[in-house]
Amino acid sequence: MNFTFSVEGGDFTNAGAASSHVKKMMKQLGVDNGIIKRTVVALYEAEVNIVAHAYNGQIVVDIEEDKIYIKLEDEGPGIPDISQAMQKGYSTASPKVREMGFGAGMGLPNMKANADILNVVSEVNKGTVVEITNFFNAQ
Amino acid sequence: MTIQEIATHISGVIVEGEKHKIDPVECAFASDLMSDVLTINTSKRIMLITGLANLQTIRTCEMSEIKVILFVRGKKVSEEMLELAQENEMVLIETPLSMYRTSGILFNLELSPVY
Repeated sequence: MNFTFSVEGGDFTNAGAASSHVKKMMKQLGVDNGIIKRTVVALYEAEVNIVAHAYNGQIVVDIEEDKIYIKLEDEGPGIPDISQAMQKGYSTASPKVREMGFGAGMGLPNMKANADILNVVSEVNKGTVVEITNFFNAQ
Repeated sequence: MTIQEIATHISGVIVEGEKHKIDPVECAFASDLMSDVLTINTSKRIMLITGLANLQTIRTCEMSEIKVILFVRGKKVSEEMLELAQENEMVLIETPLSMYRTSGILFNLELSPVY
């Protein structure tokens, strides 16, 4: 089962709409609530990151029998140092993003904590690709 | 403690979800930082106490499975926040009291912290 969502940079009104849709789909499929929460928290943080930092992006969601795979690809400034961005408290967010309750340097650590597999690849001045995989039989 | 009891003790007004007013709340978490809210265990019936009143507050609670939000410092719920809250069957409460005062009152009434 495949879905694709578009995300606009700076569009805080719709930030989270894709995550909300994915949550509803997973509920309909009867996925365990704990796994749904981990998945949508990781996805929501990643979606907010596109809105907060990138010009635009695309989210592709693939739900299979045993797992959900999500690929978020954006066009944006990229992340110069991913290991630095993975540290709690490191952030380059704008005041606008902080007003929304984000930008405290928790996004990537939260994604890592809630994903069974997390891959982040980024190229400066081009964009970032985030891949999240969660297995449905995980404890 | 029920939602109605909470509202009464902090001079609050239930602006959405009146029909859930006798539902119990087991514990509370106070934060304006949504990334922090996303880290907490929400297996119990949690209420978020926050001074951050925007659409992302509602979205964050939707993702976190938090059904009750208490807005402090006189923050007002917007029309679009109300719609999203209705869609997710949430309860929204407004109080003019500060976050510290609100939390202190509810803590004294033995509403448990999340941790």
